[in-house]
Amino acid sequence: MISISGFLGQAFAILLALFLAPLLSGWVGQCRAWFQSRTAPPLLLPYYMLQKLFNKDVVLAHNASSLFRAAPFVIFGCMVLACAIVPTLSTDLPFAPAADALALVGVFGLARIFIALAGMDIGTAFGSLGGRREMLVGFLAEPALLMVFFTLAMIAQSTSLATIVETLAHRELVIYPSLAFAGVAFTFVSLAENARVPVDNPATHLELTMIHEAMILEYTGRHLALIEWAASLKLYAYSCLGLALFFPWGIAPGDDIVALIAAIPLLVFKLAIGGFLLAAIETVNAKMRIFRAPEFLGTAFMLAVLGLLVRLLLEVRT
Amino acid sequence: MTASIPLSAQLINLFAAVILLLAFAMLAQRRMHSLVNLFALQGLALCLATLVAAVSTGQVHLYFSAGLTLLLKVLALPWILYRLVRQLNIKGDVEALINIPTIMLVGIGLVMVAFNVALPISELSHTITRGTLGIALAVVMLAFLMMITRQKAISQVVGFLSMENGLFLAATSATYGMPMVVELGIALDVLVGMIILGVFFFQIRDQFDSLDIRHMEKLKDS
Repeated sequence: MISISGFLGQAFAILLALFLAPLLSGWVGQCRAWFQSRTAPPLLLPYYMLQKLFNKDVVLAHNASSLFRAAPFVIFGCMVLACAIVPTLSTDLPFAPAADALALVGVFGLARIFIALAGMDIGTAFGSLGGRREMLVGFLAEPALLMVFFTLAMIAQSTSLATIVETLAHRELVIYPSLAFAGVAFTFVSLAENARVPVDNPATHLELTMIHEAMILEYTGRHLALIEWAASLKLYAYSCLGLALFFPWGIAPGDDIVALIAAIPLLVFKLAIGGFLLAAIETVNAKMRIFRAPEFLGTAFMLAVLGLLVRLLLEVRT
Repeated sequence: MTASIPLSAQLINLFAAVILLLAFAMLAQRRMHSLVNLFALQGLALCLATLVAAVSTGQVHLYFSAGLTLLLKVLALPWILYRLVRQLNIKGDVEALINIPTIMLVGIGLVMVAFNVALPISELSHTITRGTLGIALAVVMLAFLMMITRQKAISQVVGFLSMENGLFLAATSATYGMPMVVELGIALDVLVGMIILGVFFFQIRDQFDSLDIRHMEKLKDS
């Protein structure tokens, strides 16, 4: 089953993810700056940041436990694994049978638990505040994400991401209203999960409003670099997931080298458009109060459930 | 599976799904102005669904009902509502009795009930649009829920009008619309009802200094 080319394709997809993820973050930052009529930072800014942080020494708090030191590596590993599970270029992934959509949600959940624990580990007020908020957002976002996956799994008759993407990419053109619901719900969830504007502001330094930044305040040096890289990998994984599920055209079927190479520029193009739209969403929306976040994610959950129900009512029968 | 459904039915299903989505959006909406906007959008989706049904089946009176929907529910009623909102000087948030996530969960429950109830009924129908009967019933139920959970009189009226949208969709999906005379009668009823309710709003406000209908419970004391 596992072919050499599939294995190479998998390795290549992971390398591409590691390379493209900071670029995507930089691109979103640049688009945001343009929207806000500011001078844009250089596109490669995240790479400079990573290089700077990797060269710096680590400063640890006296009461930091080994969990605090291990967490960045766990989080980074989770995100690389997530990027490996998501079919970005081809659906012929050796990792795909090992982990389906539900396992992917679990991988994200594991990373979330570790980052929240690490935030609380030092015992500063902001760390535990951020950790608690992250868990609040996470426990509301997870069911909505699962419901989105269930809707898609019903269409494809499988929870394996590779099968879902293959089914969606190579169907005849049928309008699925349920896919539209699921797509909107997925957008809501990814905004919340990636600490984006309506829920959290990735550029904030105002302690009382931040979620993600509050947890990683104590990190320095290579630990911080790994966490920043993991954050951009998470954004990349979610973007690729959204593109693969809702705009799956151009993803190579099986081990076709030519299609695989043709898929790369298409992926970069789709990611660029996705990043641009993300920056647009972030610019036109104001950050909401943390107590509005349950309402926002409740809406996402409701949309996903509606998608499931509409799928049952309109599309399964006849 | 889905491949057997013709394109027109797919389009009608899509518009019906949009109508359901807008019903939920109205349920969750806090601002009066956006509520009226959503109502107009719902009317537009209904008009498009009727139009697609008309084109695909060639029923002439469906064209009339699509035109009637466009005139009445997309243009006339929202215009009257905007004017009322402006004249009554309604600002700020619409007050809901229960918090909005709870209302939406109740709404999902209602949708499930409606879908299950409608399933055996729609089996009896032979139209291409019969799948949307469940959605139509769900929209009616959601509009009921909105009328129950809102305090301001004007948002209850928007709920009432949205319920009419649901009934209209039900008629279109189950039997390709009601007879022309009935349809015209209902349309005029809704229009006249809206104008009379508009007069009522002013009376209510003059009497109680507010459009909050909770004040009316005190009538018997004074």
